[in-house]
Amino acid sequence: MRQTFIEFIVGIFVIVAFICLAFMAFKVSGLALKSGSGFYKVEASFTNVGSLKVRAPVSMSGVKIGSVTHIDLNPKTFQAMVTMEIDNKFNEIPQDSSANIYTEGLLGSNYIAILPGGSLKNLKNGSVIYNTSPALVLENLIGQLIFSLKGGSKNDSSTSTSQTNQSLSISKH
Amino acid sequence: MNVVTSIGRWGINYCQGVGRSAWILSRSIFRRPRSLESFHLLCSQIYAEGWLSLVIIVVSALFIGMVVGLQGYNTLKDFGATQALGQLIALSVVRELGPVVSALLFAGRAGSALTAEIGLMKATEQLSSMEMMACDPLGRVVAPRFFAGLISLPLLTMIFNVVAIFGGYFVVVRWLGSDAGTFWSNMQAYVDFRVDVIGGIIKAIVFGFAVSWIAVYQGYNCVPTSEGIGKATTRTVVYSSLAILGLDFVLTTMMLGGW
Repeated sequence: MRQTFIEFIVGIFVIVAFICLAFMAFKVSGLALKSGSGFYKVEASFTNVGSLKVRAPVSMSGVKIGSVTHIDLNPKTFQAMVTMEIDNKFNEIPQDSSANIYTEGLLGSNYIAILPGGSLKNLKNGSVIYNTSPALVLENLIGQLIFSLKGGSKNDSSTSTSQTNQSLSISKH
Repeated sequence: MNVVTSIGRWGINYCQGVGRSAWILSRSIFRRPRSLESFHLLCSQIYAEGWLSLVIIVVSALFIGMVVGLQGYNTLKDFGATQALGQLIALSVVRELGPVVSALLFAGRAGSALTAEIGLMKATEQLSSMEMMACDPLGRVVAPRFFAGLISLPLLTMIFNVVAIFGGYFVVVRWLGSDAGTFWSNMQAYVDFRVDVIGGIIKAIVFGFAVSWIAVYQGYNCVPTSEGIGKATTRTVVYSSLAILGLDFVLTTMMLGGW
């Protein structure tokens, strides 16, 4: 009698622990059961992938449709070859769609956004996206900004500051 | 000269102890199980070590989750980043606090009891009388206690993780009024099942192995007096805690290093 009671309690203990594991899998880590539809693979080459990582999301209109599976450098063209897998549910994406690397927020991680094109042919397993735009590198942008501030509008800015100084001194008097 | 002799003796004794513990462990692991009887013994030990430790694990998990939530809220509030609380609580609990704290509690609650029990059996010569009756104490006493510890600690860690996350949820969402949807969705976006959750459970399995091994060896090898049992129990808690913290660093390095 006592032995069966102990085994019953131990059984409850193990079951509770595994319910907790399932809770962690689905509620905490958001592990999704793979739907039966599967994925198809698409390649794209970029001149710069920035800090794009494997498993980064691939999205269209802000909705996640797949993920990056592989990033490699083409040894001949020196371009980054990004392989991504897209859910089979979305198998009617036009062939001339473009792939862009965007950043989530100001300092967030990179992801690939696909903008649909107008072709009647669709992307399928193994096809290549030719229409791509690289990641924006923040340093380059700042560099361009500083360059344009220094070079282009030097006279304008100096005159405007002198004008504001004058107007300030007038208002003081 | 005397110093050199004592260092040498200490070294020899240390190596002998490690060798004996490995010998005890291998003799209790690698044996033909007598199916039903050893299953009953294992069940009673899981009951004693796992189920009876559940109260302390659940209560401390609840408070740890609540404290992490409260501290995180008060710090992140200044940066307006309270939406990151879900991943803060989940990652710190699942990766570090869950395995380590439940292993430390387990060493104090169950490991010390194991050592004292086996030590008292040795002091009252129950182990010798078992040998007299041709019943190997390693199979009858040591093996079920070792395996019960190895099984119980990962299960306790899973329960600890969930209770701690709920403790954080109660403080952050119910009490401080953060948004529940952001809490869970940020958590799901940043916690990875294979790396974080399974990594934490692998840690718990390693800690369970270390704690049970130390406890069983210290009990089996203690000086069979009341003082010896006391010392062995102290050593179990001290060595287990040090082993847990050291192994935690090694395992974290391996996991973050991308294995």
